[in-house]
Formats: sequence, structure tokens, C-alpha cells
Amino acid sequence: MLLASLPFYQLLSFLLLITFGKKLSWQLAAIISVSSMALTVLASTILLFELSASENQILNVNLWHWFDLNHALGKSQINLSFYLDGLSAVMISVVSGVGFLIHLFAAIYMKSDENFARFMAYMNLFIVAMLILVLADNLVLLYLGWEGVGLCSFLLIGFWYHEKNNVLAARKAFIVTRIGDTSMAIGLLLLFNSFGELNIAAVTTLVQQSSHSVSGLSVEQTNNIYWIALLLLGGAVGKSAQLPLQTWLPDAMAGPTPVSALIHAATMVTAGVYLIARMHDIFILSPEVMNYIAWLGAITLLLAGIAALAQTDIKRVLAYSTMSQIGYMMLALGAGAWSAGVFHLMTHAFFKALLFLTAGAVIYALHHQQNLFKMGGLLKKLPFEGSLFVVGLICLMALPGSSGFFSKEAIIAQLWSSNTAGPLLWWCAILGALLTSIYSCRLFFLAFMGTARFSDKTHSEKNILLRSALIILALLSLFGGLIPLDLTLVFPTELAASIPEILEPSWLHTLAILTPFIGILFSWFYFKKYRTSRVVGSEYNLSASESRLVVFCRQGLGFDSLYSLLFIKPYQWLAEKNKHDVVDQVIMLNAWYISLWHDALIMMQNGSLRWYLAAFGLAIMLLLGVSFL
Amino acid sequence: MTTIPLFHVLILSSLLFLIGFVGVVARKNTLFMLMSLEVMLNAVGVAFIGAGSVWQQADGQVMFVLILTLAAAEVAVGLALLIRMQNKYRSLDIDLLNQMKG
Amino acid sequence: MTLTFIMVGLIIAGLLVWQAENLWLGSAKWLSLISLVLLSTVFAVFVLNNSVANEDFVQLQVLTRVAWIKTFSIEYALALDQLSILLISLTLLLAFICVLVSWREIQHHVGFYYFNLLLSIAGIIGVFVAVDVFLFFFFWEVMLLPMTAIIAIWGHEKRQFAALKFFIFTQVSSLLMLVAIIATAYFHLLQTGRLSFYYPDWLLLDIPLEISQYLMLGFFIAFAVKLPSVPLHSWLPDAHTQAPTAGSVLLAGVLLKTGAYGLIRFVIFLFPQASVQFAPVAATLAVISILYGAKMAFAQQDFKRLVAYSSISHMGFVMLALFAFNTIAYQGAIITIVAHGLSSAALFALAGMIYHRIHSRSLTDMGGFWHSAPRMGGFALVFASAAFGLPGLANFIGEFFSLVGVFQVLPAFAIVAAVGLIGSAIYGMVLFQSSFQGEPKHVITDLQLRELLICSSLLLLLIAIGLYPMLLLKFSFGVM
Repeated sequence: MLLASLPFYQLLSFLLLITFGKKLSWQLAAIISVSSMALTVLASTILLFELSASENQILNVNLWHWFDLNHALGKSQINLSFYLDGLSAVMISVVSGVGFLIHLFAAIYMKSDENFARFMAYMNLFIVAMLILVLADNLVLLYLGWEGVGLCSFLLIGFWYHEKNNVLAARKAFIVTRIGDTSMAIGLLLLFNSFGELNIAAVTTLVQQSSHSVSGLSVEQTNNIYWIALLLLGGAVGKSAQLPLQTWLPDAMAGPTPVSALIHAATMVTAGVYLIARMHDIFILSPEVMNYIAWLGAITLLLAGIAALAQTDIKRVLAYSTMSQIGYMMLALGAGAWSAGVFHLMTHAFFKALLFLTAGAVIYALHHQQNLFKMGGLLKKLPFEGSLFVVGLICLMALPGSSGFFSKEAIIAQLWSSNTAGPLLWWCAILGALLTSIYSCRLFFLAFMGTARFSDKTHSEKNILLRSALIILALLSLFGGLIPLDLTLVFPTELAASIPEILEPSWLHTLAILTPFIGILFSWFYFKKYRTSRVVGSEYNLSASESRLVVFCRQGLGFDSLYSLLFIKPYQWLAEKNKHDVVDQVIMLNAWYISLWHDALIMMQNGSLRWYLAAFGLAIMLLLGVSFL
Repeated sequence: MTTIPLFHVLILSSLLFLIGFVGVVARKNTLFMLMSLEVMLNAVGVAFIGAGSVWQQADGQVMFVLILTLAAAEVAVGLALLIRMQNKYRSLDIDLLNQMKG
Repeated sequence: MTLTFIMVGLIIAGLLVWQAENLWLGSAKWLSLISLVLLSTVFAVFVLNNSVANEDFVQLQVLTRVAWIKTFSIEYALALDQLSILLISLTLLLAFICVLVSWREIQHHVGFYYFNLLLSIAGIIGVFVAVDVFLFFFFWEVMLLPMTAIIAIWGHEKRQFAALKFFIFTQVSSLLMLVAIIATAYFHLLQTGRLSFYYPDWLLLDIPLEISQYLMLGFFIAFAVKLPSVPLHSWLPDAHTQAPTAGSVLLAGVLLKTGAYGLIRFVIFLFPQASVQFAPVAATLAVISILYGAKMAFAQQDFKRLVAYSSISHMGFVMLALFAFNTIAYQGAIITIVAHGLSSAALFALAGMIYHRIHSRSLTDMGGFWHSAPRMGGFALVFASAAFGLPGLANFIGEFFSLVGVFQVLPAFAIVAAVGLIGSAIYGMVLFQSSFQGEPKHVITDLQLRELLICSSLLLLLIAIGLYPMLLLKFSFGVM
């Protein structure tokens, strides 16, 4: 029963906040939203214990019957029911745990906003949708949560809707992810058509049965599975901001910082990873698609790393870094390293939330300054935020001992000998790790070292709740790698994916561990001027490079302009040209033709007697002439 | 007494008719239109007389008398209208009377 | 008899209301509301009391059958089944909404306005219950005339043009239908030796395919205009834009549905073979409607015109689903009919409320309404999301069922139609964002109690159907 009620604390809080809105005082609104979140945390903790105590590590609860779908193979019942296993347990703990801390942070961070209640209401609604997404026992319900988080993301990016740019960023995020969603919806149609089921467990069983049957999969089935996997991947790519639908994520940073932390770093963007992990039985049967996933992940992780190197906005650096880290998760999934991918999802949620929230605190302390080149020397001025940021960066770079180290190493270790990945992708991952450490150092040097390049006095938020939220996140980031994550029940096929015959060179692990240090060493010298920024003449002389290459990278490697040229401009052009509906104009030609006759006949009826008479005489002569001929 | 062939009479009559018709169509002055109308009526009358004498029938002359009466009545009504028109429009231009236009 | 009573009751109420307004100013709206309450209660009680006796109206239950024009053996025959009960309930519900949205909007000839409103509702109910095809045609015309009057007298700046266009489109297409009706009746004479316009008689006819395909086409064109389907849609944007709010609500909510109803009853059930043969053409038109409607909606600057084009897109889903000849798709079509009736009615009602406040329908004059009217913004967001098929709301169930059903029969069409989901997201975003987000341009008052009642009732229904579609799905609606 506890499972059934999990999303409803938040829903209740959402309804309260949205109904009473501005009538609520800050205290009341904050208490309602944060305490409902605390209830969720409590409930999910109890659920985790219940789950581990349960027989087959699965909890199931049915809320109500949604609808039935008829199929030639039989009737499929689609229910509003929740399904909790090891994988969704990881997800609900991340969503509720990190979500709680971010709620706590947001309640203080957004205190002065006049629409505070509305903000918290959206955050609550997002948690509802996210919980439904991860708990759904069938793909239609999952799709409900999927669209729900998309809508909340849209609302929160456009939370400060007075600014035209925020509105456009929100629209872009929604429409780009919607493209992925549509692909996913078509995938669902094909899945239902081929298997007659949309229940996740049932689909899994069916797929396993048919692949283990004596005859194996028929050609048509293999073909269908290929397409299903590809279409579902489309959905995942959209939500998780991977190539080619990645362009919305950097713009999504227009939202308030807690939103970026919660939605665009820790939870929603990992939904794609969750989807693939959830449907891994289908993906396993389609090694080509697994290979595509690995390559998409690898390319995204490299491109995003390169783009992150050129950013000037602290939040955009983090956004690209999120993209690149999700690239790692995709790479892991593509290589069949399911639990490593999910593990990285969890640790990434911890340290990226920490990074975003600390960045938020820094931005707040600097009076909404987000430009890295207007920061500097913050380690001395904001020692608390600075040290937490260091913790976050250490995890991001995966220095030994941090949580990021455990998860990232787990991924890299499985790449070399995987069927669907291989040495080339291993090298990509290593290169990505190098890039990660370089852009992390650049970020750190620019913001926290050197001399201050701003004149205003900083004002650090000293609220104890806010600080404790940050400290808990920092502890989680540091020691989250030690959380034992046993997903063998969810991913029993994992071990089969790697082939022990391939000999791994002995230097692999050493190189993987050393890479971040190489990056740091390189940056230490290469970004020397950022690190020291000696006062030469003017105090504020440091500025970003404006060379073409840098600007190109800063703008996300030209994808935006490419899509604008390929899709947006033609669509707008078409809409503009055909504004008056060519079909309507063709039909109205009839009306024009009739009115032409109308005008012509009106000219005949001019009321002049002599004209009539002449016409009369002419007609008689014509008639006579015709009759004579 | 030489007889005039019917053909000649008909030619005369149709010429007169045409002259009258052209007069009606081309003249703007209503008085002249009425006069041209008289010419047309008389052209028909000529044709009737000629035909009556060719076929030795009284009907032609009867018709001519009828036409004469008709013409007299028509002129009476027409001139009365003409006077009203002169009073109302201070002109006899027929093109002023085009209120029936579509 | 009850059905006749309801229709006659509506007409008499209309006449009374018309006269009453002359005696007491402001009485018309109250009287219309009261008469609607009474007649809806009568209808509900009648259906509930008789459902057992009529086997839950699974089959068409003929309730009244009297000779009307004996020379041509035309009868006055009324019947009900689940489909018509559903559509009549939708009509009555939207009739309430219509009266409520007209409350302040209509300022001149008030009595005559409500007379027209009630008369056209009587006509629409007649369309849904008539089973003599000539009677059906009669009601088809009855609902048309008052609607034209509503647009022409109480509409916006180009109302005469829009009313004329609406009238001519419908009239020409219904003439085609009349020809098809007479031809089918004549065919009945040839085959059985007696003339009949009685629908159950027609169902027994066995018409050879080469004839029935032309007869089917006659009916199809009439209903495709009403639905509307590209390329016969172009009356709709003008009529919707120019009509007063209640006119748009009624047009989008119910009048379009008579087209869908006609397709089900007089095309698919009456000429099954010919329809199957025609299905590829119809499905192509439907898919074009979906995409073209979505694209045109994106291009509009006028709030109501945008919603009008989105209606074309949604009704494309209905037609596509109907011509898939599949149970799931059929259910999807029924749910889409109801869901679109509710959501587009809601959007038009919102457009009316905005127009009442800023006297403009242009999106360029709007922006930032959320600042001063957050309640309205919330409702607008939900209704726009319903339009682009957010799961959890009724439209999603309709579209999902349609797509699932169509995919089993015509996968390629389903895939192309699914692309329409992207298009709908685009216009939905444009609609919502350019009116409620951005720099605030006007300060407007938030929803009043009456408007809150309109919006929340529609919202509750959308959510109820979205989360518990078994409300509707437990009925079969004469499933194919």
C-alpha cells in the first residue's frame, strides 16, 4: 500500500500549492512542499527495506484498471499499477533523496521570488511525474510519466516567463524532446503490434520466451525488435539530450538553478538511461542497436566535452558536462554494462546536483553573475561553496576514492572486451575522461582561483538548512561509491555480454586511473593565466577567446544552426508562404469565377433603354441571319 | 396602270423600318425617338398596304387603320410622358432614365 | 415519445425565451438554462429507466415510428443506441457551456439569439436520433439554419462572409447527400418493390459494389465537409473565427461530430464493402488533414483560427481511425470525438473570455496574461496540453487508441499520423506561450465564478476520461 501512495504526497502538496498559490506565506508553502518530500523519502526508505525483505525482490501494486487493448494474440490489460524492483528502487531513492535535498535548497534559494508557491508546486508535480515514470509497470504509464516530466521541465525552464529567451528555451526543450517522444510512441505501437503486450514484465517474458524457444526468433521478429529498439532509443536520446537531439539541454539552463540541478542533471535527463536499462531485454536481442547506443554515447561525450571547454557561462559548462556524463551512461548501456551505467546514473545524480547547487549558491552570492570571466578568486571569498565545488569536481573527474571513480571505472573496465563496444570506444571513453578533467580544471581555475574580477561584495547565504543540504550532497558524492548496488536480479544477462577470451592488455586500468591526472597536469600549465591571473595594467583584463573555433564550440558545435537551416526555417517558410491556405484559395476560385459572371451581367443591365433596344435588334438580326443560313 | 412589284414595296418598307430603328437607337432625344418610332410603325403600314393590294384582300387596309389608331394613341401617351419628363428632368435625354440598371 | 418531447420542448422553450426577453430583460439566459436543465433531466431519466428494457441500447432501439409523408413512405422514426446517447449527452453538456459563455457576450437581440441556440440544439439532437434517412436530412438542415443565423448576426467583423461560406459549403454537400438518399431509396424500390427511407430497411439492402460506391461517395462528401477533412475544410476556419463564442463552441464541440456520426452510421455501417474499398483514399485524406491542420495551425496569428485548424488535425485522427476498421481504432475514434468536443470547446471558451477582456483575438496583442490571470493560465495550459495529447487527459487516450488500432492495419499511415503529434506540440506551445507567457502586455482580471465553473467542469471531464477511460470504454458503441 505504501508503494501505491508514493507519488500522492507530492500530488497533494501540488494541489494545495496551486490552489492557494500566492495566498500562502513563504513558511507555509515551504513546509507543505518540503515536508511532503520528506514523507516521500521516508516512504521510499521503508519501501527499500520491504523490497529487500520480499521474496523475489519485486513489489507490485495495482491502483486501478486503466483500459484494455485488444490484439489478435489476446487482450492486454493496461493498469495504473506500480512495479518496484532493484532498478526502480535505485531510481526512487535517487529521485526522492536528491529531490528532497534540492527541495530543501530551493525553498531557501527561491525564498524572495514572488511566485514561490507556484515554483514549489511545479517541483512537486515534477517529482510526481518522475516517480510515475520509474514505477510504471507498463509502457503506457511510463509514457504518461515521460510526458509529465517533459511538461514540468517546460514549465520550470520558462518559470521566469517575462523573458523572451526563457520562453523560447522552454519551447525548444519541449519540442525537441517531443520529437524523441514521438519516436518512442511509434516504438510502443510497433511493440504492441508485434507482441500484443505493453506490460513491461510481460513483454520481457515474451521476448525471452521467443528468443529461447527451439526455433529462435523469426526473421520478422528480429526485424521488428531492431526497429522497436531503435525507436525506443529515439525517445531515450531526446530525453537524455544525446546526439542528435541534444540541443535543448544547454538552453534549458534558463530555468532557476534548483531546476537545473533536479531536472536537467540528476533525474529527468537520466530517464532515457532508465528506459534503456528497463527494456534491456529487447536491446540485448538487437546488438546493432546496442552498438549504435555505444557510439551515440561516445560521440556525445566527446562533443559535449569539447563544447564545455569553450563555455563562458558556469551553468552551461555544467550542462555540457551533464550531456557528456550521460554519454558515459549510454556508452555503458551500449556495451551491455547495465549495472555500471545505472551506478554511474546514481553517483552522477549526487555530484552533479552538488555542482549545480553550489554553482547556484555562487551565482546567488555574486548577484546573479553567471559569467566565468567575471568571477575569480572565489575560493578565498566563498570558502564554503568553494570547497564543496572542489568535492563535486573531484567526483566529476573521477579521482580515485570518489564516487565518480567507482562508477566511471566500472564502465571503462567493461568497454574493451564488450561485444558491442570494443577498444575504439574504450579510447573514446579515455579521451572523454581527459576532456572532463581539462574542462573541470578550467572551470575551477576561472571561477575559484586567480584574482577576483568583480567589484561587488559577495553575500553568501548562511542558512543552516541550505548548507546542510549541500553538505549531505557532498558526503553522498564522496562516499556514494561505496553504496552496494546489487542489480544481478534485474540484469541476469549482464555477465554473458563480455567475452573472457579477448585478452585485455595489463596497462588498461593503470591508464584509466591516470587519465584525470594527466588532464589536471596539462591544465595546470595550459590554463596558467586563468589560475594566476596576475594583475597586469587593468584588473579585469581576462576575457574569453573570440576566435572562430572557440565561438563555434561555444555555440554547441553548430548543431543549432544546422537544425535551424534543415527543419525550422523550411517549416516556418512553408507556414509563412501558405498562411492563407492554398486549398482555401483554390476553392474560393469558384467564388471568384461566379462573381466574375456577376460583374459581367451587371454591366449588361445598365438601365439604358437604347442599349436594350440595340441588343434587341442585334439579337433579331442574328436570329434571322442564323435562320437564313 | 403598271403594278409595283411587292418586292419593291417590301424593300421600301424595310428601309423605312431600318431608318426608324436606327433613329430610335441612335437618338438621345426622346422626342426624336418617338418620331422615329412613328417612321417604324408607318414602314410596317406600307408593308401591309402592299401585301393587301397584291393579294386583293381588305385585311391589309384594316391593319393599316389599326396601326394608325395605335400610333395616334401611342403619340398621345408618349407626348404626355415627354412633358412629365421635361418637367422632372428639364431635359429629354433618354439616358437619364436608367434607374432600372442592375 | 420522450425524444420528440425533448426536441419539441427545446423549440417551444426557444420561442418562449424569445418572447420573454421582450417582457423582462435578462430573463432569456435564465429561462434557457432552466429549460436545458429540465430537458436534460428528462433525457437522463428516460435513458436510465429504459436501459434495461432496451438491452443497454447495444443495438439501435427504435422508439418512435409514425408515418409522415405517406406518398413517399417517409416516416417519422426515432431510435437510440449507445453512440447516439453519448453524442446527445455531449450536446446537452455543451449546450450548458454555450449558454454560460453567452451570458455577458450577447448584448443585442438576446431573445432571438437564445431561440436560435436552442433550435439548433434541437436540430442536432434530431440528427442523432433520426433513423428515417429523409428525417435525418430534415434535421441536418434544421441544425444548419439557426447556426448560420448565429454566425451572421452575432459574429465578429466578417460574419456575413463566414456565414455565407459555411452555408454554401454545407448546403452544396448536403445536396449531394440528398441525391444519394433518393437514389438509395429508389434502389430499395427496385429491389423490394416498395419505397423506403427507413434506415433499418436500408441495412438489409444488398447493393452491388459498382453502385454502392457512388452512393457511399455522396454520403462521404457531405460528412467530409462537416467533419471537416482536407480539402473541403476551408469553411471551418472562417466560421469558427467569426462566430460568437457559443457558436464556435457548438460548431467545434458538436457540429463537427455530426460529420463523424454520419460517417459511422451512413457510410461505414450502410456501405461496408464500398467503405473498405474506399479506405485507402479516406485514410490518405485523414493523414493529410492531420499534418496540414497542424501546419496551418502553426501559421496562424488569430487565437480562434489556430484552434480551428487544430480541430481539422484532430478530426483527421477520427477519420483515420474510422477507416481502419479495427475495434481499438473505433474506440479511439469515439473517445477522440468526445475528448475533442470537450477540449476544443474549452479552448474556444477561453478565447471568448480573452476577447471579452482585451477585444482582440490576435496573438500579437496577447502575452504575459499569466501575470495577472494565473488561474486562466493554468486552465489554458491544461487545455492546450489536452490538444497536443498529454497523457492523463482524454485526448491522449483517443489518439493512442486510434494509433494503436490503425497501426495494426495500416502501419505506414499510423507512423505518418504520429508525426502529427510533433506538429500539435508546436502549435500548442505557440498558442500557450504567445498568449500567457512573455512580457505582460495587458493587465486582465482573472476568471470569474461563472467562467471558473465552465473551465473546471470541462477540465474535470477531461481528466476523468483520461485517467479512467473505462467510463466510456465499457460501452461497445455498436462496435464494428
